[in-house]
Amino acid sequence: MKARQKRILFVVAAVIGVSLAAGMAISALRGNISYFFSPSQVMANEHPSDAVFRVGGLVVKDSLQRQPDGLTLTFDVTDNAATVPVSYTGILPDLFSEGQGVVAKGRMGPDGVFMAEEVLAKHDESYMPPEVADSLQQSHVDGVVEMVTQ
Amino acid sequence: MSINWFKFASPAAFYPIAGRMIPWFAGIAIVLVLGSLLWGFFGTAAQLGGSNPQKEYYRIIYIHVAGAWMSMWLYLVLAGWSAIGLVFNTRLSFMMAKAVAPTGAIFTVIALWTGAFWGRPSWGTYWDWDPRLTSELILFFLYIGYIALHSAIDDTRRADRAAALLAMVGLVMLPVIYWSINCPDPTQCAALHQRSDPGSIHASILWPMLGVTLGFWSYAFAATFVRLRGIILLREADSAWVRELLQGDSGR
Amino acid sequence: MKEFLHQGGYAFFVWGAYGVTFGLLAAEVVALMVNQRTILARVGRWVRGPTQGSAKTASRGNE
Repeated sequence: MKARQKRILFVVAAVIGVSLAAGMAISALRGNISYFFSPSQVMANEHPSDAVFRVGGLVVKDSLQRQPDGLTLTFDVTDNAATVPVSYTGILPDLFSEGQGVVAKGRMGPDGVFMAEEVLAKHDESYMPPEVADSLQQSHVDGVVEMVTQ
Repeated sequence: MSINWFKFASPAAFYPIAGRMIPWFAGIAIVLVLGSLLWGFFGTAAQLGGSNPQKEYYRIIYIHVAGAWMSMWLYLVLAGWSAIGLVFNTRLSFMMAKAVAPTGAIFTVIALWTGAFWGRPSWGTYWDWDPRLTSELILFFLYIGYIALHSAIDDTRRADRAAALLAMVGLVMLPVIYWSINCPDPTQCAALHQRSDPGSIHASILWPMLGVTLGFWSYAFAATFVRLRGIILLREADSAWVRELLQGDSGR
Repeated sequence: MKEFLHQGGYAFFVWGAYGVTFGLLAAEVVALMVNQRTILARVGRWVRGPTQGSAKTASRGNE
């Protein structure tokens, strides 16, 4: 390859790289606002009506149910203001659990049930060894009990 | 007590200084990374508990966080030397910027790769267009853009200036990366990543993580200085001091 | 030892992440050493050899 060809190739690569970066920066900035919608936003119909979007929130305790077909799972996602029922067929991630954060990607069904194609678990910010986490939990419970009994 | 800092800003003066510092930085890097990882693997719980019960895969945190911090820090260094070069027209600054770019790109790849291998078992996916992941990918393209643009222009001075300009324009990505998680209103930074702080990370995990970060930082110094010495030699090949240096023996 | 390598069944993810990280860093170290040697040899040749014009012009594109 001649030096000039090499130079042109590099310039083309640089131009493609930078424009790709710029395009993605813009879409990321816009997507930042709508990476996922909260159940309240969904209930207020702020979500796209016929496109794939994400719902993010907490899985409602005791809402996870396996449907009679044995494959489909249903659970409710809440932001403590509104709740969206979600239906999903597939394997749930390891960290998925009731009371924990979740991000589901899919479409809104006509019956008001969110049909998820993908369910991702969103974990919280604490990184604690089990025994430390347990003792923290215990002291929290103790504190609450103390407050109630006083 | 006035030290003439500009004395060190000449490539001829900095070449031997960098050479003497490389073994120290390399040694500190090896000790810190190895020591921290031994602690992180053998001195901590195998699994996490409480509200974030991650299994053994949480151990990716040590290199993931360290790599991600380095990717951003080195970009700041790259843009900083570029800015100094553009403003003061100092040759060594541009050489520093050029020397740091490949190492920064490598740490960005490390952050993305380890993130994918951590995301799959924890979140349930290798990749998602979460704001943090997207902005980190753009950071990688910025590094690649800087390197490609620099090597595309034959005239060294023009290449330095053009690439420096790109590096400074790309600086807008750093606050975007930071804000993609750390915005004051949590509903506005909806992401897969969870903002965390040292207070919610147990000391037995936090210290190895900081240790690996310092080790990577020290490694980055060593790698950058080796590359810098090469760049200095090539660019100053015509000068008297390089002639003197290399006429003797191996040039050490 | 076996337990350590097993990582509770997450060996693929843990070692996949660590392997690539240190593989990349090792590759950078090797590339730097090779590059350093090449540059020293090349610049040394220009300096020691009969001066045919500028060494700098001969270095184009090899940084």
